[in-house]
Amino acid sequence: MASNSEMGSADFESLLSTSDVELLKRAWRNEKAAPEILPYQGDLVERAKGQIELVEGNIEDYVEDGIDPLVVSLYQMDLDRTQFLLRSYLRVRLLKIEKFMFHILKSEEAESRLSEQEKAFARRCAADLTKHFEESVLLKLPENYQTVQKQSLISDEDDMVPEPNLDTFVVCRSKNSLKLNLYEEGETPVILDLDRGEPSFVRYRAVKRAFESGEVELI
Amino acid sequence: MAGQTDPHISLFSPQEVEFMAEDEMVEIVPNMNMDPLNFIAGDYGRFVPQIPTQVPLWLAVALKRRGKCTFRPPAWLSVDNLTQVLEAEREPQSKFQPLPSGYIEIARLLFDHARDDIPDMYMVKSLVEDIRDVRLHKLETNLGTFGADTTAVKMNNVSAMEVNLVRPFVIRALEAFYRHDKPERDADRDARSSSSSRQPPREANNEPRRPLRQR
Repeated sequence: MASNSEMGSADFESLLSTSDVELLKRAWRNEKAAPEILPYQGDLVERAKGQIELVEGNIEDYVEDGIDPLVVSLYQMDLDRTQFLLRSYLRVRLLKIEKFMFHILKSEEAESRLSEQEKAFARRCAADLTKHFEESVLLKLPENYQTVQKQSLISDEDDMVPEPNLDTFVVCRSKNSLKLNLYEEGETPVILDLDRGEPSFVRYRAVKRAFESGEVELI
Repeated sequence: MAGQTDPHISLFSPQEVEFMAEDEMVEIVPNMNMDPLNFIAGDYGRFVPQIPTQVPLWLAVALKRRGKCTFRPPAWLSVDNLTQVLEAEREPQSKFQPLPSGYIEIARLLFDHARDDIPDMYMVKSLVEDIRDVRLHKLETNLGTFGADTTAVKMNNVSAMEVNLVRPFVIRALEAFYRHDKPERDADRDARSSSSSRQPPREANNEPRRPLRQR
């Protein structure tokens, strides 16, 4: 199993020769920076898990064989770093799911961004939370106010469901010079010029499409 | 812990910023023989005495701590270069000077572990600290210029640590400006189309909010 060995340059990682660790780091960074949950990088996670298990096995062998403890400890450090990235990536996603679980379960599109285990987690979590609310509070409220998702049956929409705030600001950096349309349709467009490699704070909604197509990265 | 105690998911702790900086490559001169290392992160080595090699910062620090190598300080970490940078930063109205994005972290790690490898270490250290102060001051004055018309804030040549420092404030300030601008824009939209404006969806950040479960 050959892993790509070259690490990209400090400023702009080229897509051609990027190691899995580099990709995992980027996924972790993006996930942390974005206000909504991003599509699950299933392949990357599987590959990383495989490599981690391989190295863990190797380290055990090395220790048995009596290889220089220095070398063993270096491999251990590398393993720790990779494990941290993977764990943090999964944890950040779980945090977001917990925060927005009703919102995610409501929309097909958002639900498709979760892995199978995450979906099961989200459903169980939502079911538990609903049950908890119903038993402790909702059933004791008057008839019209008993749903988890709406304030009352009179409301048009589910206004008790927290939604991710897409209007928050994020720091982004673009791969090439880019012009962004900063306001929504129907209003005077304000164009922002982003030069290559220049970090700036921008509203997430404005960069969302560029981000999803990979022209812009979040830091 | 990896993001668990953090109510604000999108904020990076300084340790996490340092973690990211530790992947930057530096040059070391090993003083021993070692076979190539095949890490998940990449392949490094082989290590031959007196032959300089490029390795990630975390690996270099680990080797240095065990006395297996010496550092070659990066070109930007010299008294001459830093004095120049400091002079330029001190110019009134100047922009931020180009410095490596991880300069604070790299400098700190080198000072902590590799003092003897840097010529004029004390001078360099005080220069880096002065540069940090000047840049921080510049950042603060810049932040004071936000107004309702600030749609985006450019951070050219600002290092990762500095961006992270001001991130919470900038996000909240820009969000507040945007939100207070919104009723005006919604009113505009109403005037043009006759549909009633939607109520903004509830946000998930109701600060301060205590978590229901103790973590």
